[in-house]
Amino acid sequence: MSQNHKKKEIKKLNRRSFVKTTGLATGALMASSTSMNAMGYVAGNKKLKLALVGCGGRGTGAAVQALTADPDVELVAMADAFQDRLDQSLTGIIEHFEGERKIDVKEKNRFVGFDAYSKAIDLADVVILTTPPGFRPQHFEYAISQDKHVFMEKPVATDPAGVRKVLKNAKIAKEKKLNVVVGLQRRYEKKYLALHKQIQEGTIGKIISGQVYWNSAGVWVRARQPQQTEMEYQMRNWYYFNWLCGDHILEQHIHNIDVANWFIGEYPASAQGMGGRQTRNGLDHGEIFDHHFVEFTYPSGAVVASQCRHQKGCFRRVDEAFQGTKGAILARKGLVTDLEGETLLNVGKEHDPNPYQVEHDLLFASIRNKGVIADAENGAKATLTAIMGRMATYSGQTITWEQALNSDLSLVPENPTWESKPPTIPDENGKYPIPMPGVTKFS
Amino acid sequence: MRALFLLFAHCICFNAIAQKSFEPYAQKISGTDIHISMVPIQGGNFTMGSTESEIGRSLDEGPTHNVEVAPFWMAQFEVTWDLYNLFIDREIDRHRDTNNLGNEVLLAVDAVSGATIPYIDMDHGMGIEGFPAINMTQLAASKFCEWLSAMTGNFYRLPTEAEWEYACRAGTQTAYSFGNDPMALEDYAWSKKNSDSTSHKVGLKKPNPWGLYDMHGNVAEWTLDQYEEKAYFNRKQHPVSNPFIKPIKTYPRSLRGGSWIDQAKQLRSASRKPSTKKWKLRDPQIPKSKWWHTDAPFIGFRIVRPYKTPTAEEQQIYWKEKHTN
Repeated sequence: MSQNHKKKEIKKLNRRSFVKTTGLATGALMASSTSMNAMGYVAGNKKLKLALVGCGGRGTGAAVQALTADPDVELVAMADAFQDRLDQSLTGIIEHFEGERKIDVKEKNRFVGFDAYSKAIDLADVVILTTPPGFRPQHFEYAISQDKHVFMEKPVATDPAGVRKVLKNAKIAKEKKLNVVVGLQRRYEKKYLALHKQIQEGTIGKIISGQVYWNSAGVWVRARQPQQTEMEYQMRNWYYFNWLCGDHILEQHIHNIDVANWFIGEYPASAQGMGGRQTRNGLDHGEIFDHHFVEFTYPSGAVVASQCRHQKGCFRRVDEAFQGTKGAILARKGLVTDLEGETLLNVGKEHDPNPYQVEHDLLFASIRNKGVIADAENGAKATLTAIMGRMATYSGQTITWEQALNSDLSLVPENPTWESKPPTIPDENGKYPIPMPGVTKFS
Repeated sequence: MRALFLLFAHCICFNAIAQKSFEPYAQKISGTDIHISMVPIQGGNFTMGSTESEIGRSLDEGPTHNVEVAPFWMAQFEVTWDLYNLFIDREIDRHRDTNNLGNEVLLAVDAVSGATIPYIDMDHGMGIEGFPAINMTQLAASKFCEWLSAMTGNFYRLPTEAEWEYACRAGTQTAYSFGNDPMALEDYAWSKKNSDSTSHKVGLKKPNPWGLYDMHGNVAEWTLDQYEEKAYFNRKQHPVSNPFIKPIKTYPRSLRGGSWIDQAKQLRSASRKPSTKKWKLRDPQIPKSKWWHTDAPFIGFRIVRPYKTPTAEEQQIYWKEKHTN
């Protein structure tokens, strides 16, 4: 295929996804947005400067999606704790566009280190926040204070102190009419939106119970290298440290827990559960559990069983299921059934546009339209829900929403540097302290 | 039990070295109770492609031409998750069959690169136990073969398009290995019509005349070849011997057999499917994974073992990511 031909194809594709996703937006998310024509007009007018904060695989993917969403977005700055991650990311973005689009992040606008984020944010109109989640509250607060529109990945904090910071700034963002999209992409997926509509229309009655799952084999592990300081090791192998990651019940399972909150239409009143570390308990596995099972009770009386597991060789399922007074929903398959299990509707067979792209298409359309997408409050509350679950499994106690929200638990150090001591350090055998049900306290 | 197991392993080893019989066998994988049923496919000649009169054919299936294929074993079933996850997890590497090493393959198992563990569940909720592994790239399928070879000492690889079609046809020249009537597919294959939009456990339908299951449908199967629409036009000599279009780029590569998502005509013996970049659309990371297609729950693979073992250098060619040598 010739270069020109290819360019045309890409343009065609972009236009198509633009139209399609805007249709979805007006229907489902932004009832108050202005017309398509107005958007086209504004879009031609102003370059939007983009900064990427957190240059891992997901951040790099999000940057590509942002650049794809709107032809007048320019990547002007990047920030990461590590030089090599930043370099790889930039190479990845350039390779992705294969010369179709000029990517030119000036060397002086590539910032490395713990304080890199603010320098990159300063240079942009829109920022992507995709570092490990422990840093999100600080980065989000700074971005909002500087009047930036935000795309940020879930979860948005790892502790209640961070959640409160995000909630506070979610409010400020709204007042300032800044757009904030949170990467809980099921909320941007056609199938889930269609199921949610069925619930609102009363097809399955009132939801009384649900089961949500992220049972998988686990994720990557980055082994300790001899030259690394403890801080550098934890930053590289961040998935296994709570101040950075928040445990997989938060980092991954938040997607499914958020669907429960969304479909039931409330946040849980309390959580109790159990969990532990049975198979993933080596020296490179830090301090997080490999399984959690939590029972969330909602103010309406609905009860949701939430299970997440990172163990190899076991039953796998990533899904959500709900039972109502008149019917039931199987989310992954996109099935709505009656109480006998007969299919009433199957929304799982339709073509669903890439939700990761939709998030950015809607974000930039909304910026152009002077609309306001305000995902941050729910992002914070979804984060808190999963943290509440984690507090329940770590302590073995029932944790209420208020207890979680007002908890003193604060995991993330104020201003970490490469020299500072991380909040958790290994003993002489290289083992980290592990939460212990019945002993670990959250009060 | 342990003694019995060792004895069994020894027998395979002895057979393989001493006379290399050409019989069906069960490939054990040390450290597991899993075995792979391998069916001997006698070498021979066949007519590759479909004639213009075949209903549902595409232009890329012609012209028909005579092809000669050397003998090989082919797995009776598509590779299942039970098997594929051993490669993903890489926890049984230390159990490799040291008795048989060097028989056909001498390769340090540590030297075989491992696929990344995906962020999402790659079975898409369709099922694990007994279900075909899906969503892997051709590179990943080839690396599985390399890993399996290192583990067992026998040389495994993906089939070429020619080997695949020869085995699928099993001596027939009809649209399907059971005849021309797509209505009869119900007994032999999972297609769009009867799959209920999901893959199914391997081996539930009738096998083809040579005892291979799910050659038509269930999951489309990776072959070794670059997909070239006009490949058959270039095959002038008669017969063409063991054709293999060595890939020089990642897309498109060729898959065969059709899948649960496809209509009857795409399940025909001669039907060819090119791979596409779109199968990674939903990979949220950049660079996108070398190991996974996030949007291709309809592709899988099965393995072959040539009767005549290639040299160590040749072996590498079949496992390589890019065939630029």
